[in-house]
Amino acid sequence: MQLSFKKTSSGSKPRTLAELGSGEAATLVHLDLPNDFANRLMELGFLPGGPVCAAFSAPGGDPRVFRVEGAEVALRRETALRIQISPAASAA
Amino acid sequence: MSSCHGDGDGHKSVSTATVEGPAPVGQRLIALVGPPNAGKSTLFNRLTGLRQRVANFPGVTVEHRLGKAQVEGHYDVELVDLPGIYSLSPRSEDERVSFDVLTGKMDGLRKPDAILLILDSTNLSRHLTLAAPILSLGLPTLILLNMADDLRARDGHVDVNALSKSLGAPVALISASKGEGIEAVERFLTRGIAVPKPIQLPVLQDVPHCRQWARGMSESAGYRHPAPPELSRKLDGVFLHPLWGPVIFVIVVGAVFQTIFTGAKPLMDGVQSLVAMSGAWVGGLLGPGLLKSLIIDGLWSGVGSVLVFLPQILLLFLFIGILEDSGYLARAALIADRTMARVGLQGKSFIPLLSAYACAVPAIMATRTIENKRDRIATILIAPFMTCSARLPVYTLIIAAFIPERPFIGPFLGTRAAAMMGLYVLGFVAAVATARLLKSSILKSERTPFVLEMPAYRRPTLRSLGLRISDRAQVFLKRAGTVILGVSFVLWLLASVPLINGHTPPIEQSLAGTLGRTIEPAIRPLGFNWKIGIGLISSLAAREVIVGTLGTIYGMEPGKDQVGLQQALQHDLSPAGAVSLLVFFAFAMQCMSTLAVVRRETGSWKWPAIQFTYMGALAYVSSFIVYHVLR
Repeated sequence: MQLSFKKTSSGSKPRTLAELGSGEAATLVHLDLPNDFANRLMELGFLPGGPVCAAFSAPGGDPRVFRVEGAEVALRRETALRIQISPAASAA
Repeated sequence: MSSCHGDGDGHKSVSTATVEGPAPVGQRLIALVGPPNAGKSTLFNRLTGLRQRVANFPGVTVEHRLGKAQVEGHYDVELVDLPGIYSLSPRSEDERVSFDVLTGKMDGLRKPDAILLILDSTNLSRHLTLAAPILSLGLPTLILLNMADDLRARDGHVDVNALSKSLGAPVALISASKGEGIEAVERFLTRGIAVPKPIQLPVLQDVPHCRQWARGMSESAGYRHPAPPELSRKLDGVFLHPLWGPVIFVIVVGAVFQTIFTGAKPLMDGVQSLVAMSGAWVGGLLGPGLLKSLIIDGLWSGVGSVLVFLPQILLLFLFIGILEDSGYLARAALIADRTMARVGLQGKSFIPLLSAYACAVPAIMATRTIENKRDRIATILIAPFMTCSARLPVYTLIIAAFIPERPFIGPFLGTRAAAMMGLYVLGFVAAVATARLLKSSILKSERTPFVLEMPAYRRPTLRSLGLRISDRAQVFLKRAGTVILGVSFVLWLLASVPLINGHTPPIEQSLAGTLGRTIEPAIRPLGFNWKIGIGLISSLAAREVIVGTLGTIYGMEPGKDQVGLQQALQHDLSPAGAVSLLVFFAFAMQCMSTLAVVRRETGSWKWPAIQFTYMGALAYVSSFIVYHVLR
C-alpha cells in the first residue's frame, strides 16, 4: 500500500482524519477512496477544502463521529485513515 | 406567499416554456422527495391522515407509499412518500425505489406530476445540494424547509423569498411535526405548482460543484446557520461516554425488562379478570351445551389467554418508540459497529436488528438501506433470531409458571426479568453466531464501509408515541380476532369429534388428541407431550398462537379450565421440558409473515427455505441437548 510521504509546500506533515483527536478541527484535503464512496461522503459534507471536526466516538475510539457543515457523520477508522487533512489554522 | 410566478390567476392556463398552469384535471400524483430524516413521512402522514412509520433516524422509509391528500373539497391529489436520497445516484435498494419513482421506471406507477422537495432547514446549506438534481428533472416543484420551529429556537434564519427567487421555484418554511405552514402546502397542492424557472444548475456528476452551488444558494438567501444543538452534544457526551455510556445502556435495558414484567402485571391481571368475568357472564346466558363449549371453552379461553398479553406488548412498543424517536437508536448502531464488524457485518445492520425486537417483518424491510447485497441477505437471515414481540407472551407464560419471583440483583432486577433478559441475549448470540458463519462461508464479501448520519436528539412527542401504541394495539387485536380466533375454532372442532354417545369425547380420544399422539414420538425427546405438540404445530402460523391453543386445549379439559394456564402447564411440563420449550421458541422460525417477506425481499424461495430449515434444525438440536442435560 502506498503511503503518502509528500511534503506540503509549508513543510507540515500531511495527516489523516484518523489522527484527529476528540474536539480537534482541521481542513479536508483529499479523499483517497473509491469514486462511488468518495462521492457519497462528499454528498454528506466531506468536501476537500471544507472544515471537519472530530467529535464523540464509540467506546474504544472506533467508529468516530465527525462534524461537517452542521451534520454529524460516523466513520470507521479504516475510512478515516484514507482521508487526508491539513491543520485548521492554515485554512483560516 | 405567492411564488407561483407568471400568468395571472384569471387566465386559463396558457402554457409557456417556463410556466404551466394548474396541472390537468383528474388524478394528480405528487412525490415527496428529500434527504433521509428530513421529515417526509411526517409530512405525508399530516397531509394524508395515514400512519406511515416515522422515527428519528435516517432510513426509516424503505418503500414508496401512496396516499390521498385530505384537503377540503379536493379529492384528486395523490401523494407518494419516498425513501430518503442524497442525490440521483442510488447506492442501495431504498434509494433505488426513489430513483425509479422519480424517473417513471417504477412498475405500476406513472411518473409523478409534481414534486414536494422536503429539506431540513437546520441543515440547509447541505440539504440544498439535492435541489440541483431534483430541479433538473423539470417537474413542477415546491421546496419545503422543514423543522422551522427548530431553526427559530436555535436562532437560525433564512429569507424564503430570496431563496425562491434564486431557485426559480416556490419555497416555504414549515414544521411537519407541529403542523406549521401546512396550509401553504395544501394551497399549492390544490392550485397547482409551477414548473421551475430555468436557472443555472451545476454539473450533477460533480459533487463538489453541486455543494458549492448549494452553499451559494443558501448564502444568497441570507441563511444563518442555527446554533449547534447543545443539548444533543451534551447527551452524546453522556450516552457515548467510554464508561457511562455502556453502564447507562445496561441500566436502561434492565429497567425495561423489569417494567415489562412488574409494571405490566396489574394491567394484565385486570385484563385477565375482565376475560374471566365476561366469560362467566356469557356462559351463564348460554346455558350448558355444545354452543357453550364452543364459545367459552374453545374461543373465549383461546383468544382470552392471548389478550392477557396486550398490556405487556404495548409497554414494549412504548419503549421501542422512545428509543427510535429520540435518536438513541443511531448511537446504539455506532456502539455496536465494532461487534458487528467482528462477525463480518457493519453497524448499519444493527438498526434492522434492533427493530426486529418489535417484529421481524419491518426489520427485514429495513435491510434495504444496506448497500452491500450479501450483507443485506445475511442481515435478513439473522433478523428472526432477535426476540420479537410475538415471543413475549410465550416467554412470559412459561417463565411465570416455572420460575419463582425472587430478587436477583438486589431489589432492582428479579429472577423472572433476568430470565427474560437471558432469552433476549440468547437470541442475539444466535443471530451473531449465524452471521459469523454466513459471512465466513456462503456470504463472504469485502468489508463494506460504514457511514451513518447521526440525527439530533429529539423529544419523542406524546402524539407519535400514542399513535405507535394504538396502531400496535389494533394489529394485536386484529390478529387475536382472526388468526387466533380461527385456530381456536379449528382446534375446538378437532377436540370435539368424534362424538361419543352424543357427548364430546375426553380430549385424549378426540381427533386433536389422536393427531397430537401421532406426532408425539418426534417431540418426546425434547420433553414435550402431545398437547405442547399441538401448540407447536399451530404456532407455525405465528408464535403467540401456541398460548391461545393451550388455552383452548386446557379450557376443554374438565377440571383444568379452573386452575389457569400456568398451573395446567406445571402439571404437563417438567422444568427441563420448560427450558427446552423456551430454547425451541428462541430459535425456531415459526412465522408465516416473516417467511413471506423474506421471499419477497430476496426474490426467491431459496433463502426462506434455507432459513426455515436452519432455524428449525438449530431449535430441535438445542432443545434436545438442553432437555437431556437438565433432566
